[in-house]
Amino acid sequence: MYSQGLIGADSSTTESEEFLATFQARIDREEKIEPNDPMPEGYRRTLVRQIGQHAHSEIVGMLPEGNWITRAPSLRRKIALLAKVQDEGGHGLYLYSAAETLGVSREQMTEELLSGKAKYSSIFNYPTPTWADIGAIGWLVDGAAIMNQIPLCRCSFGPYARAMIRVCKEESFHQRQGYEIMMTLARGSEEQKQMAQDALDRWWWPSLMMFGPSDTDSTNSDQSMKWKIKRFSNDELRQKFITATVPQAEYLGLTVPDPDLKWNEETKLYDHGEIDWAEFKAVVSGNGQMNRDRIRDRNKAWDDGAWVREAALAHAKKRADNQHIAREAAE
Amino acid sequence: MAAPETCVPAILEIADDCLILGHRLSEWCGHAPILEEELALANMGLDLLGQASALYAHAGKLEGKGRSEDDFAFLRREREYRNCLLVERRNGDFAHTMLRQLYFAAFMQPFWRTVAATSSDETLRGIAAKAEKEMAYHLRHSGEWVIRMGDGSDESAARMADAVIELHRYTGELFMASPARAAAIADGLLPDPDTLRAEWDETVATVFNAAKLELPEIRVMQKGGRDGNHGEDMGHLLAELQFMQRAYPGHTW
Repeated sequence: MYSQGLIGADSSTTESEEFLATFQARIDREEKIEPNDPMPEGYRRTLVRQIGQHAHSEIVGMLPEGNWITRAPSLRRKIALLAKVQDEGGHGLYLYSAAETLGVSREQMTEELLSGKAKYSSIFNYPTPTWADIGAIGWLVDGAAIMNQIPLCRCSFGPYARAMIRVCKEESFHQRQGYEIMMTLARGSEEQKQMAQDALDRWWWPSLMMFGPSDTDSTNSDQSMKWKIKRFSNDELRQKFITATVPQAEYLGLTVPDPDLKWNEETKLYDHGEIDWAEFKAVVSGNGQMNRDRIRDRNKAWDDGAWVREAALAHAKKRADNQHIAREAAE
Repeated sequence: MAAPETCVPAILEIADDCLILGHRLSEWCGHAPILEEELALANMGLDLLGQASALYAHAGKLEGKGRSEDDFAFLRREREYRNCLLVERRNGDFAHTMLRQLYFAAFMQPFWRTVAATSSDETLRGIAAKAEKEMAYHLRHSGEWVIRMGDGSDESAARMADAVIELHRYTGELFMASPARAAAIADGLLPDPDTLRAEWDETVATVFNAAKLELPEIRVMQKGGRDGNHGEDMGHLLAELQFMQRAYPGHTW
């Protein structure tokens, strides 16, 4: 689960005009760009950054939901949640592989995540204190991710677009699962209803922030649109999300925590209140409630696992050496 | 077909093994040493939780008192859980987790194969046929890792050896038949675990040989889980597992 709004890659590029024009013509013909095709350096750089951030988001995103696997309220929920979080890990794996086709290694990308240099979706820097958060994440966070990822299935870079097709199928399953958790709560006891409303109150605004800064403040968007890495602007996607989600909240009998939210008959869209961009900037720059915990947990898993990875390499080397010796003895 | 008083406790022993080990594996989620292992550990955890769910549902039906799979999984007291001690042992490092998995899978794969072929209970035969395939994967996967770590670096070899010393003493309980189990064996519901010992010994010896690990001499095997005498970690595991059901009694989730 991931949404745009962080990328911020430097898309400047130094190729000749003729090279760029030929490349653009391929993009305009909706041809897919494949890993070994000639491509502008800025295009490669933007994609490495975006796919890397997307992969990191899947991996860090396992933590807030993983927080509830051991406490899930029923066997069915426990199994569904573990399977869901496993899917996120799988998405991370495809995405790292897609990024590797552009000449960057998984180890390099991992190092950048662990050092805090690479970004991941800020939504995962919010905590999950109650079970309803698992419902709200599925419904809202995966819902927002889908809005962003459906157009990515048509992204000009082939491996990314293809990875997104499977990812989107799984995400829409997760989204329905999340909504179903919310529905169960909304139809439950007074305490369960309150738990659901509280989760919506905490996740609504951060979910809207997942689409990134408003179009007037978004850098590098134009070039990404021209290269068809991105198909819709941040505000367009945010608006689509709100339009789809508000009726779902109404159906649950929950209140969207935005007193300025109003249907606009003219635009056929919802007008919404001002997003707290200061909070967004604070969380993106490392000052959210969970930023330090997330990176610490990732580092701990990586450091604790170092000896396992070394053992696997040492064992593989021993096997290769033994085969070599056996071959020589046979000759 | 045996009487419910006989079958239900015997089925619950196995269901509890699956639930508790599945829960332990799920604790790794987000903290595994390699991304591929995140997926593999979750996979094995899901298999075991799925087996637990099917077994609890079946036990509930046989019992006929309207208890659901969640009643069994979440709403019993600590002493009523009858899992063996091996599966409740804490995860420790990756060496401990993989060795625990090897010991368990090396028993359960032939166990389910035998249930699928010989049990007098048709539903159990069905559960077993699926579970056997799953446990064959657990056995292969954990065996490969035990070999990699046992015959890997100096550090990994030392950690594997520690895990063997720590966990081997819990394997004896796999082959013991509680009174409930003995009755189920007599009724043809489940195989006698002692008849599976030779195959388990051979599997473990083969893996240890490739892993350059030595089988320890354990004079006293630990037991108690089948009588509900669990270690101190069990209560903490249950406190987490049961949290929602205990905090919000009677709710639907």
